[in-house]
Amino acid sequence: MPERVHEITLTVNGTVRRVAVPGRRLLSDCLRHDLGLTGTHVGCEHGVCGCCTVLLDGEPVRSCLTFAVTADGHEITTVEGLADGERMSPVQRAFAECHGLQCGFCTPGFLCTVTALLRENPAPTDEEVLEGISGNLCRCTGYQNIIKAVHRAAELTAEES
Amino acid sequence: MKPPPFDYHRPSSLGEALDVLAGTGEDGKVLAGGQSLIPLLNMRLAAPAHLVDINRLTDLAAVEEEPGGLRVGALARHSRVERSARAAEVQPLLGQALRLVAHPVIRNRGTVVGSLVHADPAAELPAVLALLGGSVRLARRGGTRDVPAAGFFTGPLESAAGPGELAVSAFFPALAPRSGTAFHEVARRHGDYALAGVAALVGLDDDLRVSVARVACVSVGPVPLVADVVGACGHRPPASADWAGAARAVQDRIEPETDIHATADYRRHLTGVLAERALRDAAREALHA
Ligand SMILES: Cc1cc2nc3c(=O)[nH]c(=O)nc-3n(C[C@H](O)[C@H](O)[C@H](O)COP(=O)(O)OP(=O)(O)OC[C@H]3O[C@@H](n4cnc5c(N)ncnc54)[C@H](O)[C@@H]3O)c2cc1C
Ligand code: FES
Ligand code: FES
Repeated sequence: MPERVHEITLTVNGTVRRVAVPGRRLLSDCLRHDLGLTGTHVGCEHGVCGCCTVLLDGEPVRSCLTFAVTADGHEITTVEGLADGERMSPVQRAFAECHGLQCGFCTPGFLCTVTALLRENPAPTDEEVLEGISGNLCRCTGYQNIIKAVHRAAELTAEES
Repeated sequence: MKPPPFDYHRPSSLGEALDVLAGTGEDGKVLAGGQSLIPLLNMRLAAPAHLVDINRLTDLAAVEEEPGGLRVGALARHSRVERSARAAEVQPLLGQALRLVAHPVIRNRGTVVGSLVHADPAAELPAVLALLGGSVRLARRGGTRDVPAAGFFTGPLESAAGPGELAVSAFFPALAPRSGTAFHEVARRHGDYALAGVAALVGLDDDLRVSVARVACVSVGPVPLVADVVGACGHRPPASADWAGAARAVQDRIEPETDIHATADYRRHLTGVLAERALRDAAREALHA
C-alpha cells in the first residue's frame, strides 16, 4: 500500500510553500529534499549535534526531531533566511569576522541558535553564551571563536539598531 | 536513519484525540514534543502503527495554580514552565530541575508531561514528581483517573499510562512554608542525562528544626528512588543536623548498576556526595523561606 501523503503549508523564510509529505517526513528532510533548502545540515538525527536547528515561529528547534506535518501552518526560518537580501545578518558577519567557523558543517545550526539567543538576551554574559550554545557541537573550532562571535554579534546588533 | 512508516493523526480536540487513541489501542502512540519519541523512531527502536499528534490541542498548554500546587498541561513545554514566574513561586524545584534537562533548544519542544510518561530512570522530572508526591491525570474515552507518583513509574521507560490513555496534565504540590528544595547532578557533558542526580526537600518546624528531609535519586534504579532521611539527620536545626549521616543512609538504600558510563560504586559515591550537597542547599533555602 502506498504511504499516505499529507498536504501541508509552511511559511519558509517569508515565502508560503505548499508540499505533500508522508507523516514520517522529518522537517529537516522536508526542507532539504522537498524544498531544496540544503543550508540546514543534518549530522546525527537524534537531537545531539544541533546542526539541523531552525527557527519555528521564531524559536530554535531541532528540525530532525520535528515532523514536517506537525509544523503545518507555522513559520520556519532557516539559515538561508537570516540575511537581509545580499547583506549578511549581524550574527553571520560576526562569525565571519571572528573566524567562528572552519568547515562550516555546524554553522547553520549555530547561526539560527545564536540569532534567537540574542533576540531574547541582547547582551549575554560568557556563561549565558555557553549555556545558549551548549546544545550545538562543533568539531573544528574549539568554540573559543564562536563565543567571541556571539559577543561581537551582540555588539553589531546594538550598533545597528 | 529515518522513522518507519506510521499512520499520522492530528486531532483538533481532546475528545477526538481520545477517540483515535481508543480506536488504535496498543498500536497507537501519543506524539507530544517528540524529543524522546522521534530519536527512538529515527533509530528504529520503536515502530508504532499510529501516531497521535497532540500539538494542536493548545488547551492542554496551560500551567495553572490550583489549591495546593501547580497543574501542568500536557502541551506545556519545558521552556514555558522553566520561565513561568508563577511556577517558580509555587514550586521552585521544577525550575531547578528543568535547567538540568537537555539543552535550551530541546526544552523549546519537549514537554513536562511527556517526560513523565517517558519515565526514563535518568530523567529529572520523574524524580521531582516522586519526591513531591505529585500525580498524573490520565484520560481515556469515557473516564479520567489521577495516578499518584508512587504508582505511576512502573519500570525503566514504563509508566501507568496504558493503551488508549492520554496524560492530560500533571500536578506538582506546592512548596510548604519553611521548606526548601535543591537538585544537583553530575553528567559527562552539560545537558546529558545524569550519571547520578539527587533532588532534595527539607522542611523545618516552628522551632526551625528539621522535620522533613527527603531525597529522590535518578540513574540508580529502574524508577526514581525516594528516601526519607529525617531519622538519619536528626530533629535538629539545619546547622547541627547530620547531613553526612543522611547521605550515608541514602547510599545504603540505592542499588545502582554498572554500565558503560559508570560503575555501580562510582554512582553510589556520586549519589552520596550529591545527596549531602542537595540536602544542605535545601535546608539553607528553608531557613530563608
Ligand atoms: C539530546 C537530548 C538530550 C536530552 N537530555 C535529557 C535530560 O538530560 N533529561 C531529561 O529528562 N530528558 C532529556 N531529554 C528528553 C527530553 O526531556 C524530552 O522532551 C522528554 O523526555 C519527552 O518529552 P516530549 O514531550 O518530547 O515527549 P515525546 O518524545 O513526544 O514522547 C515521549 C513518550 O511519552 C509518550 N507521551 C508523551 N506525551 C504523552 C501524553 N500526554 N500522554 C501519553 N503519552 C505521552 C509518547 O507516546 C512517547 O512514548 C533529552 C532529549 C534529547 C534529544
Ligand atoms: S541532526 Fe538534528 S541534532 Fe543532529
Ligand atoms: S566548523 Fe567544522 S564542525 Fe564547526
